[in-house]
Amino acid sequence: MNRVLVVAEHADGRLNAAVAKCVACARTIPDSEITVAVLAKDGGEVAAAAAALEGVARVLLVANPSNEPALAAVLAPQVAKLAEGHAFVLGPSTTFGKDLMPRVAALLDAPQVSDVMAFESATRLRRPMYAANAIATVELPAGRSVVATVRVASFQAVPAGGKAPVEPVTLDVKLPASTRFVSVTAARGDRPDLQTAARVVSGGRALGSAENFKLIQGLADKLGAAIGASRAAVDAGYAPNELQVGQTGKIIAPELYVAVGISGAIQHLTGIKDARTIVAINKDPEAPIFEVADYGLVGDLFSLLPEIEKLL
Amino acid sequence: MRRILVGIKRVIDFNVRVRVRPDGSGVVTEGVKMSANPFDSIALEEAIRLRERGEADEVLAVSIGPTEAQQQLRDALAMGADRAILVKADAGLEPPAVARTLLKLVERESPRLVLLGKQAIDDDSNQTGQMLAALWDRPQATFASKIEIQGEVARVTREVDAGLETIEVDLPAVCTADLRLNEPRYIKLPDIMKAKKKPLDVVELASLGVDPAPRLKVVKLEAPPQRQKGVIVKDAAELVAALKQKGLV
Repeated sequence: MNRVLVVAEHADGRLNAAVAKCVACARTIPDSEITVAVLAKDGGEVAAAAAALEGVARVLLVANPSNEPALAAVLAPQVAKLAEGHAFVLGPSTTFGKDLMPRVAALLDAPQVSDVMAFESATRLRRPMYAANAIATVELPAGRSVVATVRVASFQAVPAGGKAPVEPVTLDVKLPASTRFVSVTAARGDRPDLQTAARVVSGGRALGSAENFKLIQGLADKLGAAIGASRAAVDAGYAPNELQVGQTGKIIAPELYVAVGISGAIQHLTGIKDARTIVAINKDPEAPIFEVADYGLVGDLFSLLPEIEKLL
Repeated sequence: MRRILVGIKRVIDFNVRVRVRPDGSGVVTEGVKMSANPFDSIALEEAIRLRERGEADEVLAVSIGPTEAQQQLRDALAMGADRAILVKADAGLEPPAVARTLLKLVERESPRLVLLGKQAIDDDSNQTGQMLAALWDRPQATFASKIEIQGEVARVTREVDAGLETIEVDLPAVCTADLRLNEPRYIKLPDIMKAKKKPLDVVELASLGVDPAPRLKVVKLEAPPQRQKGVIVKDAAELVAALKQKGLV
């Protein structure tokens, strides 16, 4: 049997949607038995949500005030302790998982595979390299634990419907005090989460200003979509960093992606290549975004956006 | 001496369109321009700025790689690093081995801060800084977009999925640079001349007692599947009609 430990990401008492995708990834490992680890302040709601995910065998709940807000240096020794006896330790390829999992791997003296796209067997998997210009098939060592981050855009979330037991765990681990949380700014509001939204409208540099960037909100509202941005738009200060879609931002796989005024630099395309349908609106007919768009519309976005909104 | 150690990896230049070899054994490197990993250049720039602000006395640039990586270290010296060390190693050293190698140098050089890029743009692992911090048993501040040092504490703003997170870490610590930390300066010709006089030591990986053996095996590389080019619609009405027909809106 392959025992798999999935580390749960959560905030404000809610399980992050990426966890259901990590469980989906874990289920593709042959003969897997899946445990979800919830490290939280109290974590009851989060553990219950994790226990309901289909395919989860049990949930370990480590309640400790030090566990929120999450700090990798504090969580890593606890996760390493929980990981004993597990063949795989998985976390999402979000900034939470990217920060935490290598620290866990080092404590376990285990190799890490980042951004797993698929398990071909219990010892073979696929992952992107070179900004996803190459897909590597990687063979894992036999008889050694492996840590991995899961490229969430590659997996469909498992549904809720399970009912795994939640086991409270007390860990005898010394936690460092040398890392301290100060603050976080998050301005998401009521919009769907960019990482997991079914529809995303993104704006690029062609919007021209932070004020104009807001023009895509109307379309996003009509579509019930999350808002994203190209790196150029973020660098220019039109949109905050957390909206950046692309190799160095978020890699997403929505049903519908609408790129407004985005030329389509390679690093941006890397972030959207798993989108089901891509729509591009750009005044430059030569823009690379049209090479990957299912539907391209050439023209002035400032006149096209209100037209499209009216038709929806 | 208040020292900052900066890691510099030699990678295929970020402007090069990377191509997979037809036999799947790797990517094409013949005649391809090599450069410092862009995130490492950002880390180096930040280290130099911290020294210029009086928060450090020396910037030490370290690369672990082939003899040719001396070129990237010379560039680092020209940018403003004070000295450099090349640890000669074959390509393909995995992040845990890189972290163990850096730990050996950290033990020798006792930096107050280690600044690395958040990831290298070749293997895209995003592991080395976090692993070094764990092995060193020190704090980590990854994906930094702002670093302020106040006494023995660094206050670091991090680019996280939720937005911008600020944490405080006791020094010494490991910090990894994200895109918007700074814009690296251009190297000027006189600086290239001056850099030739700066010390660049070369040591063998074996002399540090680090086991370079990989634990993972890359069996093959493949080019990713290409998306099919779609259609150009003539106006907003045709676009909305097409999306409605596919049940997307």
